[in-house]
Amino acid sequence: WLAKNPEAVGCKRDGQSIFRELALFQDYHGLPAFKKALVDFMAEIRGNKVSFEPNNIVLTAGATSANETLMFCLAEHGDAFLLPTPYYPGFDRDLKWRTGVQIVPIHCTSSNCFRITASAIEEAYQQAQKKNLTVKGILITNPSNPLGTTMTRPELNLLINFITDKQIHLISDEIYSGTVFNSPSFISIMEALKDMNMEKNNRVHIVYSLSKDLGLPGFRVGAIYSNDPTVVSAAVKMSSFGLVSSQTQYLLSVMLSDKKFRNHYIVKNQNRLLKRQRKLVSGLEKSGIRCLESNAGLFCWVDMRHLLSSDTFEAEMELWERIIYDVKLNISPGSSCHCNEPGWFRVCFANMSEDALELAMQRLKSFVGSIKKHNHQESEKLRKESHIGKWIFRLSFQSFNEQDQR
Amino acid sequence: MLSSKASSNCHGQDSLYFLGWQVYEKNPFHEVENPTGIIQMGLAENQLSFDLVESWLRKNPDVMGLKNKDGESVFRDLALFQDYHGMPAFKNELVEYMAKIRGNKVKFDPNNLVLAAGATSANETLIFCLADPGDAILLPTPSYAGFDRDLKWRTGVEIVPIHCSSSNGFRISMFALEEAYERAQKLNLKVKGVLITNPSNPLGTTMTKDELQSLITFAIDKDIHLISDEVFSGTVFDSPCFISIMEAAMDSNLKRNTDVLSRIHIVYSLSKDLGLPGFRVGMIYSNNQTVVSAATKMSSFGLVSSQTQYLLSYMLANKKFTSNYMKRNQKRLKKRKEMLVSGLKKSGINCLKSNAGLFCWVDMRHLLCSNTFEAETDLWKKILCEVGLNISPGSSFHCSQPGWFRVCFANMNQSTLQVALRRIKDFVERSSFNYQQNGGSLSRKLISNWVRKLSSADREEQER
Repeated sequence: WLAKNPEAVGCKRDGQSIFRELALFQDYHGLPAFKKALVDFMAEIRGNKVSFEPNNIVLTAGATSANETLMFCLAEHGDAFLLPTPYYPGFDRDLKWRTGVQIVPIHCTSSNCFRITASAIEEAYQQAQKKNLTVKGILITNPSNPLGTTMTRPELNLLINFITDKQIHLISDEIYSGTVFNSPSFISIMEALKDMNMEKNNRVHIVYSLSKDLGLPGFRVGAIYSNDPTVVSAAVKMSSFGLVSSQTQYLLSVMLSDKKFRNHYIVKNQNRLLKRQRKLVSGLEKSGIRCLESNAGLFCWVDMRHLLSSDTFEAEMELWERIIYDVKLNISPGSSCHCNEPGWFRVCFANMSEDALELAMQRLKSFVGSIKKHNHQESEKLRKESHIGKWIFRLSFQSFNEQDQR
Repeated sequence: MLSSKASSNCHGQDSLYFLGWQVYEKNPFHEVENPTGIIQMGLAENQLSFDLVESWLRKNPDVMGLKNKDGESVFRDLALFQDYHGMPAFKNELVEYMAKIRGNKVKFDPNNLVLAAGATSANETLIFCLADPGDAILLPTPSYAGFDRDLKWRTGVEIVPIHCSSSNGFRISMFALEEAYERAQKLNLKVKGVLITNPSNPLGTTMTKDELQSLITFAIDKDIHLISDEVFSGTVFDSPCFISIMEAAMDSNLKRNTDVLSRIHIVYSLSKDLGLPGFRVGMIYSNNQTVVSAATKMSSFGLVSSQTQYLLSYMLANKKFTSNYMKRNQKRLKKRKEMLVSGLKKSGINCLKSNAGLFCWVDMRHLLCSNTFEAETDLWKKILCEVGLNISPGSSFHCSQPGWFRVCFANMNQSTLQVALRRIKDFVERSSFNYQQNGGSLSRKLISNWVRKLSSADREEQER
């Protein structure tokens, strides 16, 4: 697309240079053409089941900035937000660091595929109360990072009812919304609200970014969408601390205004993500490793519990160190995502070539093979090291040794 | 339901500085399409040297096109580049450019440079690094109106002004510095540092070596930080030449204090001299590794677009371009400032003598009907709404004396400036005529009323 559209990148419009105009453009309301193109793109990702108002969008330097800004707008120092676990490790920095806001986890477990339950939410809310923390809202990531799953309608409705009841906010971080490659199809929080006739609800806010689906993290394009004009007004002023480069706004306004490109990109990208995810899943299966069934995201949530030497986070750390240093794969341990069950890992699949993924799978296969052999030898050793075993071991040691040397 | 930050007005944007912009936006001047509109003189932007940048761009289309010297697309690398350490090539060029602006009297290490989305982000980040909510920063007045938002809003830090006055050309005196510090103590505020803007906004003056060294000594003595916002360092167009805080700190006497460099931090940006505010390129320079480390992580909240880093790294790498740009830009700024100063003089208005910046600090005290901020606001409204010039009143810069205004000269073309000067001249002439007619004081009013009553009978006959 860039090759065919040199004007977009060359700061030109209809053959005329608009460099000057862009170089001076620092209006925190953002380039109107870009906001329009962005809301159209967001609507398209949601199958045009919802539409967005450009005036309700605030541009920020990445979702990192958007999330922090929303915290500053919705919570005081010392207030709390509830977050379902496992969650993106960066939230500990983005939501808490400079804002002084606390995160209280909503524990989700593998027993129900990490779905959010009413009791888990209630329990988290009460935990916060016990700690004397004022809960200001819930932040969900949908599709989920690190799970790679999209939320179901019942989950979304449950959340909407909860926040309405407690009169708190709901932030839906939908930065992976463009990476849904399989059914079930993505249901945005906006769609869920619309179906409950609560479309104009002013306590629900969306965070988006072009870093994940469009693969442009370097360009720092994030956005907050809110129906609350006070939030929009405050967030817009705060966006002064992280505006999007006008040069980038212009390039992307031209690109995203191109309907043909948008459609083409969304479809092709999703096909490739699906193919690549399947490659990872089947590759892991060959090593006897299963993944949580997922339909979105750029990663799988991988179950390595059976490879742990014990059901503990220490064992998870040991396994992780071995995988980093010996197998030489940088995968992310579930503990870093605040998962409360040891043994889960997030493994990304979209940031490398197919060959590199192939190689990673081979390495993992060898590693798992060696663990099995080692575990077998260890359990043999353990058996032989019991009191009777020791005696038998001493007797048979010679014969074992002889075998080994052959 | 929302945070106090969101629902109050502590964003500081209710000041007349920002309100003037809003009024301007509803009726902006255009030479052809709206010749009676309001002329924007409240925006410190440099529009005088775009042609030089555009000429470089025309000669380097590949860089804009995100291609490297071999004509290959680097789009993919750039699209993925989000390392908060910043593009090495870009930082290398930035430190060289910064050194050049300082006559190469100081040298900077790219590893001590942290990129931020504009100086707005850089300043806020530094405050987050150096102070806790409730602490205080001392700031000489008059100071940039945006600091109320940038330094205080989300950080919870307080600003305690160091009052400067026209009696000594608004220079920072040791007395004023100590007095501000004591005031902070009385308010039970822990002072964490002093922030200066050098060259000054809104004064347009550069600091002397003595002033800088006094500040450094003060900072050492009180064990606090010193932030030097040098965003206008590339706009020095006249002598005395610019002395950076780094240069002042290099002095042998101060160097003996080994930690002096760890408490000095510079903020810079490409928005003012290079005229690229839309590209959001700011930075923090510090020799304090803890500050660099924390600020680097915080820069996650406002990274510079890789597309922009790439373009500007090439532009700044062209030394011929930067030398030529600096020289010619400074000449144009000087010429334009002189045009404003002499134009105002013809209207009997004086400016503070300045050698830098994109604005003049203009003395309109004699046009006030009383020596009060109410009178200043009245005058400001008149100039905005009747004369049609958006200039910024001293009160919005927390100036302690009414009657001073900041008037920008570099964000418009020459003919627009001439229109503005004509309008001021007409206004001043009208005002003095009115003054003669109606008097400036109550007694004059009474006398003229009496005179009017006496002569009204005569006048009525004349009007028929």
